[in-house]
Amino acid sequence: MAKRRLVLTFPPKLVEEPITYRLIKDYDLVVNILRAKISPEEEGRLMIELSGEKSALKRGMDYLNGLNVNIQSLARDIRWLEEKCTHCTVCVPLCPTEAIVVDRNSMKISFNKDKCIACGACIPACPYKAIEILF
Amino acid sequence: MAKTIAEINEKIKKGKVVVVTAEEIIDLVEKKGIEKAARQIDIVTSATFGPMCSSGAYFNTGHSKPKIKLGGGKTYLNEVPVYTGLAAVDFFLGAAALPDNDSRNRVHPGEFRYGGGHVIEDLVTGKDVKLVASAYGTDCYPRKNLETWINIKDFNEAVLFNPRNAYQNYNVAVNLSNKVIYTYMGILQPRLGNANYCSAGQLSPLFNDPYYKTIGIGTRIFLGGGIGYIAWQGTQHNPNVPRTKGGVPRSGAGTIAVIGDLKKMSPEWLRGTTLRGYGVNLTVGIGLPIPILNEEILQYTAVRDEEIYTQIIDYSDAYPKGKSDSLAEVNYGELKSGKITIQGKEVPTASLSSYAKARKIAGILKNWIKKGEFFLTEPVELLPSVDSGVMFKPLRERKIR
Repeated sequence: MAKRRLVLTFPPKLVEEPITYRLIKDYDLVVNILRAKISPEEEGRLMIELSGEKSALKRGMDYLNGLNVNIQSLARDIRWLEEKCTHCTVCVPLCPTEAIVVDRNSMKISFNKDKCIACGACIPACPYKAIEILF
Repeated sequence: MAKTIAEINEKIKKGKVVVVTAEEIIDLVEKKGIEKAARQIDIVTSATFGPMCSSGAYFNTGHSKPKIKLGGGKTYLNEVPVYTGLAAVDFFLGAAALPDNDSRNRVHPGEFRYGGGHVIEDLVTGKDVKLVASAYGTDCYPRKNLETWINIKDFNEAVLFNPRNAYQNYNVAVNLSNKVIYTYMGILQPRLGNANYCSAGQLSPLFNDPYYKTIGIGTRIFLGGGIGYIAWQGTQHNPNVPRTKGGVPRSGAGTIAVIGDLKKMSPEWLRGTTLRGYGVNLTVGIGLPIPILNEEILQYTAVRDEEIYTQIIDYSDAYPKGKSDSLAEVNYGELKSGKITIQGKEVPTASLSSYAKARKIAGILKNWIKKGEFFLTEPVELLPSVDSGVMFKPLRERKIR
């Protein structure tokens, strides 16, 4: 089983294409939608986790590429600005996936991008604007 | 075996001083015992790094040509209003001040992206800030408008002066209601979703000298990365609260007012702070050296998180209504573990005060002392303690007819 977290950006002409249906039905992938948004210009953004056989995942990705969907790794859309972080820990209980954790010896936080679903719960809580999401 | 501050300073001069942090002293006392440790250790460094609302700075801009009297008019730094009710070119900038056009909580919860605390951080970073003033004009100060960039270097004086910092203990904030609330203790999730505290516990200055036996007016401290002094007891100083057998207050108690040269401070230790739905603030780094004058003082500095208790308060109802009902008492060891149990429910904890940064400050101050760059001062007057009768009173309103 392979797993990838992606941010898909698709142009207005693809808004009516049932992409998730195809990924499930035609490519046998498990699709978990983490977040979805259609901007005022009707550009769609879909934050998605795909998992399945390695070969199926590759074929699914080829399908998306063929549609001219812009694909980027989810991790690139979230930034923890360590130099701004004071390690106060106030964001920690707000994170639903334990992507932000505290080492109880050093009392410092660390951020695991792979666990982050970019829900944004930590963003308003940070007193120092040390986390950014570009979604 | 008693020591004096003069004797300790002599040891600093000779490079023979023995300094440990308020964290290191705990194990040391456990291993060596009070008597031996008190003989060996000269100074214990304590520290804290948390948001402290009652902070600010005063400035003197020097006179423009022709002159302007800012007093009685309006003056702004990066659109944040300052208090001008002083002499012609003196003013005070408060950490919680907001631009006039900030939408505040009109759309709740307000964002509060920039305010007085951020201006202070920008100044110590060395950024130019925009000074804009309007005045009414007098015969001796005819000018009515002023607009200029200004840098911290340009001010004659830039002095951090915080009326209340380093609270000795603080509430744990929770939310018993069914909706999210936005407080100065952070975002509190409904139905005991999280519990926020704000203290460095065993490292925090006033926990290490709970009766203020070495701390007073004129005590030299680490302040915002530079040198500062205790100017007075802080506002709301309240020594007469219930205490543990070891003398540690079980709720908010003592505070200190501090002062120091802003020009010599650093943005690492003075951070503009945003609290969603509440406002802006300044996070201040403070390090306080405690001279080990005798075994009693050493005993106080060996206090550990598990011996320091505080109260859990509901910020959806009890706190705003001014009721002091505590839901439960909890210690800092439990708080720092990441979860506590309240009314049978496991609740995750988080801190607004950074323990990691407090630890770093205690280490920096220790090094300054070891290198002979920082000497202790004899306080001119100790802070009011439990025998002073000083009390923190609520406001009693009287009708104006």
